[in-house]
Amino acid sequence: MRRTWAVILAPYLWLVLFFAVPMALIAKLSLSHTVLAMPPYAPRLDLSHGLDGISAFLGGLSGATYARLTQDRLYISAYLSSLGFAGVATAILLLIGYPIAYGMSRFGAGARQALLLGVILPFWTSFLIRIYAWIAILKPAGLLNQGLALLHLPPLQLLNTDAAVIIGLVYAYLPFMILPLYAVLEKQDESLIEAAQDLGCTPLTAFWRVTFPLSLPGLAAGALLCFIPMVGEFVIPDLLGGSKTLMLGRTIWTEFFADRDWPAASAVALALLATLIVPIALFQRQQAKVLS
Amino acid sequence: MTDPAPPLVRFEGVCKRFGETVAVDGVSLDIAKGEFFALLGPSGCGKTSLMRMLAGFEAPDTGRILLDGIDIAGLPPHLRPVHMMFQSYALFPHLNVARNIAFGLRRQRMPQAAIASRVEEMLALVRLEGLGGRRPDQLSGGQKQRVALARAIAPKPSILLLDEPMAALDRKLREETQLELMALQRRLGMTFMIVTHDQDEAMVVADRMAVMRAGRIEQVGAPREIYDHPANAYVAGFIGETNLLSEGDRWRAVRPEAMTLSTRPQEGARAGTIAEIAYFGDRTRYVVAAQNARLVVSRANVGAPLALSVGDAVWVSHAADAGALVSP
Repeated sequence: MRRTWAVILAPYLWLVLFFAVPMALIAKLSLSHTVLAMPPYAPRLDLSHGLDGISAFLGGLSGATYARLTQDRLYISAYLSSLGFAGVATAILLLIGYPIAYGMSRFGAGARQALLLGVILPFWTSFLIRIYAWIAILKPAGLLNQGLALLHLPPLQLLNTDAAVIIGLVYAYLPFMILPLYAVLEKQDESLIEAAQDLGCTPLTAFWRVTFPLSLPGLAAGALLCFIPMVGEFVIPDLLGGSKTLMLGRTIWTEFFADRDWPAASAVALALLATLIVPIALFQRQQAKVLS
Repeated sequence: MTDPAPPLVRFEGVCKRFGETVAVDGVSLDIAKGEFFALLGPSGCGKTSLMRMLAGFEAPDTGRILLDGIDIAGLPPHLRPVHMMFQSYALFPHLNVARNIAFGLRRQRMPQAAIASRVEEMLALVRLEGLGGRRPDQLSGGQKQRVALARAIAPKPSILLLDEPMAALDRKLREETQLELMALQRRLGMTFMIVTHDQDEAMVVADRMAVMRAGRIEQVGAPREIYDHPANAYVAGFIGETNLLSEGDRWRAVRPEAMTLSTRPQEGARAGTIAEIAYFGDRTRYVVAAQNARLVVSRANVGAPLALSVGDAVWVSHAADAGALVSP
């Protein structure tokens, strides 16, 4: 009996310690204001003064930072441009990832395993190194422009532009798009396609009428799995983007480390989370449906 | 009387190999319009390949397939007026029953109202009225089977192909379904071709059948004809039970029900002892161990029962002209 309780409580304890407590701390931080001190925010909870300390602390909290967020053009554009980057990258990922996943699912069992390994293989090297590699490719005298020069084509200025950020996002998240799509396409019953053709579909209509609608759960899973973390992505815009590239991950970093405005960084982080709750909830529902 | 009507389907010297394996080895076969035809044989005998070539999913290596006298070699599956009911049913899981049945009709660009009424007609035909809104995963096995049937029949194909249509049903449902299928085929006047490994099923439903082995057709004929006059020992053994008794350099295939069992010595009878007794209600099946032969005798349970038990001495005989002479 006691052991059963321990089993049930363990995951909740984990959630409280590593999710609820940090979230509460960030929420508290977002309601504070900056001061020139270490740590650079106030009010601070002082339990040595008992109840007076708690009420003084609660009285010191305010939503002023959030009000500032809604008024400052910078935050709003960073927010919108993050959604824009993630949206464009997700659309490109769908266009590239779907044919790859579909092609993989058409191969024989042996070749499929090898291709699957090929998709997962990049995970075996550091993410940071792979993004640095893109700098080597995209920089003015990089591999891309050397290649273009060989073909007598004009060089491209890609590094430190928004285009480079999109390239980096698409590159880094492609496996997360391919894998869920491949999972649904691979287990699709071949006889369904034959039945569709038997009933008058050309191979192309059979794809649109049967394969595609049946792959929608994988498509939704892949899109959300990429979109959600891309909105808050920091490393890729920081390394590949230009000084004018606005993304929330970068904004949070700047507020926290450069401006030492911890309340603003926390408020931006929470605003980001609030926006992503809808797609995250959609993703969870989709997963529950697939599992049932 | 000669038959003036050309066959609906004609296979002419059709061969098909998959890598090293020869799936279909020179099959020539005619199927008449309006008949219920069965392709019967063990798994791997080529019956499914033959059906898939008619549907257009495989192309013959050599030989021709004619539909209404026209070579259909170049026609992809979607342009053939041939529909197939798949063994797995292959119902579209994302579409409800009505939309599954309407699938082929929509491809024919039939007007909406005509589609709706044809779907209703089909639902009534397979006794699924009111279930048009269900999803395939909300149906029982028997219901799924009937939806698959309705979907394949709805666009009125020239010939309906049924690939082991009853393999997934339990015995009782299978027997009911066989009778329903026959009634349906007669009512629609449509040509049906069924592929099955179950000889009882083929015998019950088919007007004519082809017995296949290793890519070749061993015999074509009405079930009764094949049962009574098997072309060879293989057919005799595959269709029902048979006793193969040597007669000169050939075999006489005698059915268990044509054998007579006696407890007293008879002129020309073989002596043996009872090795097995199996009671089936309507009949009893005896296995008799005779000199270098194992004979099967089936006796209808009418009149006084034989008081026999395992180990008893018996004599087995048959009429001199019983069964058929077959080559080994």
